[in-house]
Amino acid sequence: MKIGLFIPCFMNELYPEASMDTLKILESFGLDVDYPLEQTCCGQPMANTGCAHESAQLAKRFVEIFKHYDYIVAPSGSCVSMVRHHYAQFVSEMEGFEHVQKNTYELIEFIHDIIKPDHLNVSFPYKVGIHNSCHGHRELGLASMSECHAPAFSKIKDILDLVSDISFSTLERNDECCGFGGTFAVSEEAMSVAMGRARLEDHIKAGSEYITGVDMSCLMHMQGLIDRDKLPIKTIYIAQILAKGLA
Amino acid sequence: MSDHPKLAEKFASNTNRMKWHDKALWFVRQKRDIQAQSLPEWEALRDKADAIKTHTLANLDHYLSAFETNARKRDIEVHWARDAQEHNKIVLDILRRNGATKLVKSKSMLTEECHLNPFLEENGIDVVDTDLGERIVQLRHEPPSHIVLPAIHLKKEDVGTTFEKFLHTQKGNSDPTYLTHEARKHLREKFLGADAALTGVNFAISETGGIVVCTNEGNADLGASLPKLHIASMGIEKIIPRLKDLSVFTRLLARSATGQPITTYTSHYHSPQHEGEMHIIIVDNGRSQILGNKKYVKSLQCIRCGACLNTCPIYRRSGGYSYGYTIPGPIGSTLGASKAIQKNASLPFACSLCASCSNICPVKVDLHEQLYLHRQDVVDAGLLDKTKHRALKMATWVMKHPMIMDSGGKIARKLVPILPRNLLYSKFNVWGKNRELPPFPKQSFKELYKERKK
Ligand code: SF4
Repeated sequence: MKIGLFIPCFMNELYPEASMDTLKILESFGLDVDYPLEQTCCGQPMANTGCAHESAQLAKRFVEIFKHYDYIVAPSGSCVSMVRHHYAQFVSEMEGFEHVQKNTYELIEFIHDIIKPDHLNVSFPYKVGIHNSCHGHRELGLASMSECHAPAFSKIKDILDLVSDISFSTLERNDECCGFGGTFAVSEEAMSVAMGRARLEDHIKAGSEYITGVDMSCLMHMQGLIDRDKLPIKTIYIAQILAKGLA
Repeated sequence: MSDHPKLAEKFASNTNRMKWHDKALWFVRQKRDIQAQSLPEWEALRDKADAIKTHTLANLDHYLSAFETNARKRDIEVHWARDAQEHNKIVLDILRRNGATKLVKSKSMLTEECHLNPFLEENGIDVVDTDLGERIVQLRHEPPSHIVLPAIHLKKEDVGTTFEKFLHTQKGNSDPTYLTHEARKHLREKFLGADAALTGVNFAISETGGIVVCTNEGNADLGASLPKLHIASMGIEKIIPRLKDLSVFTRLLARSATGQPITTYTSHYHSPQHEGEMHIIIVDNGRSQILGNKKYVKSLQCIRCGACLNTCPIYRRSGGYSYGYTIPGPIGSTLGASKAIQKNASLPFACSLCASCSNICPVKVDLHEQLYLHRQDVVDAGLLDKTKHRALKMATWVMKHPMIMDSGGKIARKLVPILPRNLLYSKFNVWGKNRELPPFPKQSFKELYKERKK
């Protein structure tokens, strides 16, 4: 099984360690992981701003680069949702598209659904609040949604439950948007900031020491507010928890 | 031209009021959750409602003309209005023909959309909105800020001062019970003196030719039963095929709207009063244009429950007026964009694409998908901010050239850490207005990866 690792453009530039931890975890399962060097961006920022023409060009590149892998794994719920839900509009005719669409997974989703580990050798003795980022949550279905009537589940929690000494905080609003939203963070700055601050207040009240999740972009937004407002809480990308102790 | 970001910022700048508004609506959302979760068949009901609406919209001509035939058989006069002007004129003509000058209205977003009140007032008709929230905003000369809770942006103190001014209530008294009591006295007088009543329509039943109106205050009923003249205004999309379909929607509507199992009054009007007149005006006003557009046709399924507003984290923090459109929130953003993209170009972006609205919608309008697509229409119409568009085009070009991206990143990682703070956090850095930038690392992942591979 050959895995193509997709690292979102901004993570490549700004979060090399979280990205490296993603790679390390995948390798720790004995997987053959390759990182194609010509990859850049999945086109999500363009698509979410309505620039279909630009998104189409990047979608095409993505499919071209990744179509030969059995699975494509990305540490980003929103990029995966872009591939799965929005690529059809741009590249449905392309050879390899359906394969890429079907086999592109968010990291935790991939571990949960495909690898299905029953234990992990890692300890994280902190109280953790899970940030259910919207695209991972509602579009990929990583956890049950508060709006819908369905049995409660969370793939993220299932995987974190394998970590020893970890505990979880209970939030007042379990799956509300943090306000990042790609270019929304800039074009609706006031709303974005208000939403982010509200999420942080909820986490601090619930006693979270760390906020974690499957979208680094949401964490980047919240960390930006934490640093500016000097709040007593930290963010940590989920792979960084899981890869603790891996060489 | 709509300017959601600016108006939203203005509303949110009063942090306490913004938080209070958010909490008030979240409270309604929670009541809705409890109700939805108490029904094991909730998701099945949504599917059913979606199926009925999809079918009805696909056969709208048939159901509308059957409705007209059946309503006429019951002595109801049916009128058709292509747009707001025609609708308003029909209302005025009916009133004039009957010598009516005093009209009591029950809440109707359609008449808001048509700007009926100012039109009638200019023509010498005394119009009184009788839904309590609606009356409050009417006295203040404001439009409703929410489709179900028209005065949700006001605190009880605001209502107190409004009533002081217009109803001469006690100074400084903002006790809700007292104020409601005073409003009731005031409205009773209006009901008793009215010549005609106008109501909205929640559901029009094709099979029977009658209409159904849902309220919590019974104001539609008082209006429609005291004066002899009843006018009902409905959008073409309010049709449901059969009486037996109704229960699917009434079960969903109140639960989604306010978290009640059912509205206090679900009133059926199937003929004029004894020696009275009943008129139904069927209004298009841009709807058939949406009907013909595959991408957005589902927005016509909306039953105006308001749940998408209550769940929307942006609506809750920006208030109804920030949208600058009759219907705010996710559903208003898509309807507004469908109707006049030029005027409402900022609305599809007043959304973080969190998708909560689509999942809460009782009739499964694909709200966030529609807003996503409307953004493309904004770009196609050349309405995206030029600087933003240029930046994204540029970014795309860079992303097509990995070498350029790599060296660009390298330069940024070298440069940014040594830039003086006031340069880095200038007014051009909107991100940095309230947020720190992440610390720039020494190497990119790609660099680390290449080193590791060696
Ligand atoms: S779009 Fe759906 S949730 Fe929103 S008001 Fe209409 S029916 Fe309610």
